[in-house]
Amino acid sequence: MDLVLNIIISGLISGSVFALLAIGFSLIFGVARIVNIAHTAFYMVAAYCIYFVTHKMGSHPIWGMVAAIVLVTLLGIICYKLFINPIREHEGAVLIATIALAMAFQEIMVLKFTGTFLSVPSLVKGYFAILGVKVFYQQLLTFCVVLLVMAGLWILLMKTKLGLAIRSTAQDREVANLMGINEARVAMLTMGISVGLAALTGAVVVPLTVLEPHMWLHPLIMMMAVVVLGGLGSLKGSFLGAYILGFAEALVVFLAPMGAFLKGSVALSIMILVLLIRPEGLFGVSFEEER
Amino acid sequence: MERWEKRIFILAMVFLFAVSTFTVASGQDTIKIGVIGPMQFVQGIGQWNGATMAAEEINAKGGIQVGNKKMKIQLIKADSNEFINPTDATNAMERLITRDKVDFIVGGFRTEAVMPMQDIAMEAKKIFFGVGAAHDELCLRVAKNYNTYKYWFRGSPFNSTFLVRTSFVHLGTVGAILKQSLNLPKIKVAIVAEKAMWADPMIPAAEAVIPKMGMEVVGVWRPSDKATDVTAELSAIQRSEAHIIFTIFSASVGITFARQAGELKIPAMQVGINVEAQKDGFWEATQKMGNYVFTMNTYARNVEQNELTKPFVDTYIKRFGETPAYTADTYAVIVHRLAPAIEKVGSLDADKLVAFIENDVSKGPSGTVAYLKDAEGRHTHDQKWGPGYLTSVGVQWQDGKLVGVWPNKWKATPEAPEITYKGVMPVKIPPWMIEKYKK
Repeated sequence: MDLVLNIIISGLISGSVFALLAIGFSLIFGVARIVNIAHTAFYMVAAYCIYFVTHKMGSHPIWGMVAAIVLVTLLGIICYKLFINPIREHEGAVLIATIALAMAFQEIMVLKFTGTFLSVPSLVKGYFAILGVKVFYQQLLTFCVVLLVMAGLWILLMKTKLGLAIRSTAQDREVANLMGINEARVAMLTMGISVGLAALTGAVVVPLTVLEPHMWLHPLIMMMAVVVLGGLGSLKGSFLGAYILGFAEALVVFLAPMGAFLKGSVALSIMILVLLIRPEGLFGVSFEEER
Repeated sequence: MERWEKRIFILAMVFLFAVSTFTVASGQDTIKIGVIGPMQFVQGIGQWNGATMAAEEINAKGGIQVGNKKMKIQLIKADSNEFINPTDATNAMERLITRDKVDFIVGGFRTEAVMPMQDIAMEAKKIFFGVGAAHDELCLRVAKNYNTYKYWFRGSPFNSTFLVRTSFVHLGTVGAILKQSLNLPKIKVAIVAEKAMWADPMIPAAEAVIPKMGMEVVGVWRPSDKATDVTAELSAIQRSEAHIIFTIFSASVGITFARQAGELKIPAMQVGINVEAQKDGFWEATQKMGNYVFTMNTYARNVEQNELTKPFVDTYIKRFGETPAYTADTYAVIVHRLAPAIEKVGSLDADKLVAFIENDVSKGPSGTVAYLKDAEGRHTHDQKWGPGYLTSVGVQWQDGKLVGVWPNKWKATPEAPEITYKGVMPVKIPPWMIEKYKK
């Protein structure tokens, strides 16, 4: 019984981290068709921002988190205006530009902090046990943040004018433009929200992990897998895809401990299997339909 | 005018020849040593720091006596970036040899990257002291194909087989302490090894030896070497009711594992190899959760293997502000092996130096180094392990301090004399473990 409980808890926690990253990535792709490879690099920058505020300035982690979310969101908007917006119509160029951005962030962090492994303190220290299974409060916080973010995003998209504009732009950019929606502005705001979500992920996840300048690579692969599995641009798909891969990872660790390092590969294999059956992903728009 | 032009041309040629000859001659006044490693990471920084200290020390004395002249050391830094991209490592090695024209090479860290680096150095007949990689194969290549690989020598640490043997000694020591202190009938061991080539041969060895030591293996876990979350593995280990977690880590997973295990108060002692735990920064990196982690190490503050240890460790700490890691043994390689060999041979000729070094016995800050031959009497250029030679030390994090705890009354064989290094302290058991098991 506690094996099942272990798998459920581990799956929920891993899935929550993937979901937080994937939702932001999916949002900007859905609205502006921007494949932002630098998404997890923003998450890495947020993590270093928290480290800087807590260790170098000696402030409480909560201030680090606030600073990280605000600064990284601003950084995301600036990067969008300077590097992405001018080439937005060329999807391949955007892809390459965001890879370059991510690499640039990585190298800046190497120069500033070297490759030394660092860490930041938890916002909520300690753990609790559910039927003998230990769970960090920080993990519980991550799970709650995912639920709150999902609820917040739903309200934003469904109950506000901005949400309506975002949904309209996602559905048809040209028609949205003809209806008087400033499509470029919506894309910029969506980019801000998307990067803000990456920063938020960094803020809640980084106390559970190790900081190093290449920490954006593994989450990037998993996030892309989640997004493709769930269907490009679908928030619902990203949410579900994240938990499917989270549970796949937990199953590997608990049922095949010798192959724990394969958890990422197994998750990616599941993605490929799903795509073979349903190429558009679980909730994606089929390519034929889109054309 | 034509004759004048010819004369000017000839004069210019003579001048250029003289300048180039002078440049080569002055180039020969220095011995170029390439230091290759992941320079953005602590392992590479350690390699560079050790080599820097060695060069400064030797150059302050006027250099190395080569025949009838003194030659100073010039270090060339090469970032192998091998953690991220092993291809960069081979490029860096090529650059050291072809562009920088180094005489000797020290460094390398990941076996996967060191093997191709080794091939490049061997092809160029450059003596390469490995200071970082532990896989046996690196030295077995010397025995199998001596003429090609004889320019390779292991610098530090000793090979995977000896690393695991030492870890078993540590495991046995801690197992005996737990058994006696907590009155446990049989010690259960969980093996956790990162997924990396150097750790592969250690797992079957551990699975075979641990039962023979009277302990039970309850499972083997192999997280990624860069895993950022091991709570699933820790939950599974706790379910297995292991008393000891036998760790085999060299990468960042060592921090993640120790931090999360400490925060979750997993009632098991971590013993084995955790390279990250060998560093002073481990305490902060684990947010002070790495308490009671026991790992093998090359050096520890206030622990003396011989009379050379304290001067080296103290000077290193004074110069760089931290305890030297084993990759800082570039110092020992240059000061205690390469420099004396060059002076005794009186030449930089690689073949002459190989013939000398492979039969030499030298003392360094971590112990006495002698090179081994295999069962067939072939040179391996691997280092001898055991009492009187290299043994390493066992260290444990105790309330923010990395304390030397082994060897403490250690007997390598029942007949062997007890060995205790100066400055070692008793092993401490985590209080939450005592609380769980002590009735």
